[in-house]
Amino acid sequence: MSLITPDIGLLFWMVVIFGAVFFILAKWGFPVITRMVEKRSDYIRDSLAAAEKARLELDSFASEQQKILDRTRAEQGKILAEASRTREEILNRAKEEAAAESAKILQKTREEITAEKEAALSELRSEVSTLSVAVAEKILRKELQPDAEQLALMDRLADEASHAPLN
Amino acid sequence: MSFFMLLCSVLPLRAQEQAEEPSLDMEEYIFGHISDAYEWHLLTFKGKEVAIPLPCIVFNDGLQVFSSERLAHGAEYNGLRIAGRGEPHEGKIVRVSDGGRPFDISITKNVLGLMADSLILVVLILLCARWYRRHDALKEAPRGIAGLFEPLIVMIEQDVIKDAVGPEYRKYSPYLLTAFFFILINNLMGIVPFFPGGANITGNIAVTLVLALFTFAMVNIFGNKHYWKDILWPDVPIFLKAIPIMPIIEIVGMFTKPFSLMIRLFANMLAGHIMLLSTIALVFLTARMGPVLNGSLSFVSVLFGIFLDCLELLVAFIQAYVFTMLSSVFIGLAHQQPETH
Repeated sequence: MSLITPDIGLLFWMVVIFGAVFFILAKWGFPVITRMVEKRSDYIRDSLAAAEKARLELDSFASEQQKILDRTRAEQGKILAEASRTREEILNRAKEEAAAESAKILQKTREEITAEKEAALSELRSEVSTLSVAVAEKILRKELQPDAEQLALMDRLADEASHAPLN
Repeated sequence: MSFFMLLCSVLPLRAQEQAEEPSLDMEEYIFGHISDAYEWHLLTFKGKEVAIPLPCIVFNDGLQVFSSERLAHGAEYNGLRIAGRGEPHEGKIVRVSDGGRPFDISITKNVLGLMADSLILVVLILLCARWYRRHDALKEAPRGIAGLFEPLIVMIEQDVIKDAVGPEYRKYSPYLLTAFFFILINNLMGIVPFFPGGANITGNIAVTLVLALFTFAMVNIFGNKHYWKDILWPDVPIFLKAIPIMPIIEIVGMFTKPFSLMIRLFANMLAGHIMLLSTIALVFLTARMGPVLNGSLSFVSVLFGIFLDCLELLVAFIQAYVFTMLSSVFIGLAHQQPETH
């Protein structure tokens, strides 16, 4: 039957035509298309991976940022505390120094006053003794000779007299 | 398609007018549609045949090229004629002297159909490829022709070829894709009822034979060492190899695989054409049985024809798919690594 016996002419043409179609499409047709499609699917896959990576990076960046912020805040607190402590210290020291200085000045003043007083007193004493001698001379002009023993006695008397009521 | 159906449903009117003429010759009707011919018969109009004459190329005492018109209606030309019904080479060009076949590479109906379909396919695929050349596929979604073909190409390449052939699929995908689209376009054009469609190309054994031979070549030329060892010295008990039972079975298997490819495509497409033609023939066969029967059966025939056409669309795709898938599997089998056993 002619249906199942392949015809030689058709065989020939089929080989030629299919061969030509195969050659043309395999050279200029399908590889171009499949290469581009593959390139695109690779591109999409890479883009997805890159996006995922970027997302993770962003996440880690945000946490890093938070960490830095926290650290900065802690640092700030520490610095503030330090500053207030330093201020306190400086104030205290200044106060102490001022107190010491004032005490020293007071002490010095007191010593000066004491010295002045001593000087004034000894001056007063010698004045009084001279005055007493003069008074006694005037009183005892006649019977008392102005010799040295009598002058020493007078001095002692005047000393005793000046000391007793003043102290 | 539905236009064709409508046309068929109108035709009985004319057939009834010719009721005195002999009834439809079913054998000639069906075989006339599914076999090859030297002219492309378009239609019979008022008893006159309208056909496109095609060039005959015959080597008989030297090259002869002439129009098939010269051999029409049993005419003789240069000692050649077309064999009539019942003769050994029915419907083919034979020598008048001894009835033998000369070497005949005429552009027949199927050859012209093949050329037309191939041209359509090449133009479509090259247009598609041009889109990819002219556009940056990384920035633009494919449109138009590229958008039509890309899903198909990706589906066939990724789901069929890559899975069946394995890691070396890139080397074979141009052939397998060509085979798929070649079969698909010829199948589809086969159900288009008017010129240049309608030729029963993939339902012709010569066409499927060549396709199967290409697959056979692809499988055996690029088969690896393991493949040949499996055929000639398989891992079976020695007594199966000493008397070479297994190698013989394997070698027969080498040929049955492409043979099955050839027969499957041929039989499916031929059967589809015959079914469709028979259904449509119902309209003409009942033409003499009165208007009521003819009308009702024509209606049934049109409905059934539409159904069969849809089925044929499906079959056209499935057969192309199956051919590609099995070719991929056979190529994949010839590339198996021993470890994968």
